[in-house]
Amino acid sequence: MGRVGDRMKRFKGFIRKEFYHIFRDKRSLFILFGMPIAQIMLFGFAITNEINNVDIAIFDKAKDATTQEIIAKIVASSYFSNNETIKNESEIAAVFKKGKVKAVLIFEKDFSKNLIRDNKATLQIITDATDPNTANTISNYTNSILQKYQQEVNKDIQIAYQIIPQTKMIYNPELKSVFMFVPGVMTIILMLVSAMMTSISITREKELGTMEILLVSPIKPFQVIIGKVFPYIFLSVINAIVIVLLSIFIFKMPVEGSLFLLAFESILFIINALSLGILISTISKTQQTAMMISLMGLMLPVILLSGFIFPITSMPLPLQIISNIIPAKWFIIILKGIMLKGVGITLLWKETLVLIGMTVFFIGLSIKKYKIRLE
Amino acid sequence: MSISIQHISKSYEDVTALKDISFEVKEGELFGLIGPDGAGKTTLFRILTTLLFADEGTATVAGYDVVDNYKDIRNHVGYMPGRFSLYQDLTVEENLTFFATIFGTTIEENYDLIKDIYVQIEPFKNRRAGKLSGGMKQKLALSCALIHKPNVLFLDEPTTGVDPVSRKEFWEMLKRLQKKGITMLVSTPYMDEAALCDRIALIQDGAILEIDTPQEIIKHYPKKIYDIKANNMYELILYLNEYQYNHSVYPFGEFIHYTDKRDDFNPDELVQFLKDKGLENITIQPTATTIEDTFMELAR
Repeated sequence: MGRVGDRMKRFKGFIRKEFYHIFRDKRSLFILFGMPIAQIMLFGFAITNEINNVDIAIFDKAKDATTQEIIAKIVASSYFSNNETIKNESEIAAVFKKGKVKAVLIFEKDFSKNLIRDNKATLQIITDATDPNTANTISNYTNSILQKYQQEVNKDIQIAYQIIPQTKMIYNPELKSVFMFVPGVMTIILMLVSAMMTSISITREKELGTMEILLVSPIKPFQVIIGKVFPYIFLSVINAIVIVLLSIFIFKMPVEGSLFLLAFESILFIINALSLGILISTISKTQQTAMMISLMGLMLPVILLSGFIFPITSMPLPLQIISNIIPAKWFIIILKGIMLKGVGITLLWKETLVLIGMTVFFIGLSIKKYKIRLE
Repeated sequence: MSISIQHISKSYEDVTALKDISFEVKEGELFGLIGPDGAGKTTLFRILTTLLFADEGTATVAGYDVVDNYKDIRNHVGYMPGRFSLYQDLTVEENLTFFATIFGTTIEENYDLIKDIYVQIEPFKNRRAGKLSGGMKQKLALSCALIHKPNVLFLDEPTTGVDPVSRKEFWEMLKRLQKKGITMLVSTPYMDEAALCDRIALIQDGAILEIDTPQEIIKHYPKKIYDIKANNMYELILYLNEYQYNHSVYPFGEFIHYTDKRDDFNPDELVQFLKDKGLENITIQPTATTIEDTFMELAR
């Protein structure tokens, strides 16, 4: 048999062994397959910014055709239900105090008249800001309903003088929070599976002493690493596919851009995370250390600094600068770009290059730090 | 020479593990490295198997330098670390197949070499390695270390934690392997195993105390040893230590090994001394020197 054939056999033998490890360890199986599904469901269903059937009160001082029409539209939407009608100012505080409603809509006197005369009328939205997220969402939803109504009305008028409020919502007009979470969750899971699982599986060989035997064998250290990493590339790709399928079929998430590009960028990010995992394994002696470094050093920044939960633009400047060295930040930009905006590589080449650069850097550093001996 | 070690020294941060070690192991020899825990045995094994760098000195294994030709050594030696280092979640057969594969061979190809050992664990070939008994684990580890027909075999404390019967079997296997021309360097803390080696090196605190055949080492022992027994062994040790002419007093199995400072030692004198102290049923008789006695003497 030729040398290449020999090498392939060795490689296959190694990979087979890795799969035995993975499939015989219930914990890693759970992390690999249970967690992605649990997380995506959790973020998709439970942790949500959406509102449904929020009770509101309406104080209509004008009571004319236009206000009736707007009220009808608001109540007709599934977001709100008109729970209370208010007759005078003093009742506003009362309904809030009773906690019956989350918002009060106040139409000014002579609403229609003002609209026709000045092309301008005021609708005041008072929200219960004890729950700021909901308050914010309510005002956004109301604005969006108003806008729609204005557009309808203006269709019949030759010259529209309407001043439209500049709260435009793009990419997620329904404000579906799951669309925002999917790229983040996908990033976290790929990071977790790729980096944490590989770093743990490599340090396990060290901890159990099998690395000693592997080192004193013809198999080369880089072959050991590739053998350890390869199954996780495969499993991570499966994970990515499962997440995308779940988000498309369960959460009706659009994938506007090219699936091919999505696959390419995902594999790039997986390799990036794997190289981080290898790097972690070179500096940790035990599985526990590897896990702690992965959790503290990778997961926290991914969750806090990648823009997944907290917008980067509203962070203090030093944190904004730090967020640039977090691969997840760039991957989330890429994911959102491809899935929600449908943009191609022409607009994402910069982020892609950053990811490639980081990957090369981490792999280089791992090779430099990787020990072919024990010390 | 199969293994040649010249002036090897090695220190960890604040501990000196090896101090100027030199010795040679001949082709086909079964060489024992005998010493207590922490003597530096494992460090020496790791230097020879290219896992550690020595601070000073050079060494060659099977003609290859441990630093410059480390890749050749990794191809030609078998190594069985002190701790059980196989995959516990893989079965006996999967472990063996895996090690055969990474050494570019198959179980069938070298089956004759491991046959004697493997037949004993073959009935359990579908059992996970982690579920094997201590003795069977060692047999599997030895099979895995042998599967690629190494020229030199390094066995670091192969019988630690193994029952006496399995230990005996294990050494019989090593003897058979030796007949197949494999050079072996074995370390052990058990002095009784030393007698089974062709030559031994006694090592303590990173230094070699003596190197010779077990028979010669015993001959070098300068004193006559007596087995002493009495009704109260604890008091016996105390009184023997009190005795002004004692040279050494060690518990050894059911007896105390005693040596006297004087060349013209008369055992009856000692018996009288012990009787005066109130001990009864005292027996005292000369006994054969063992490696352990020699080690204790050298380590004083």
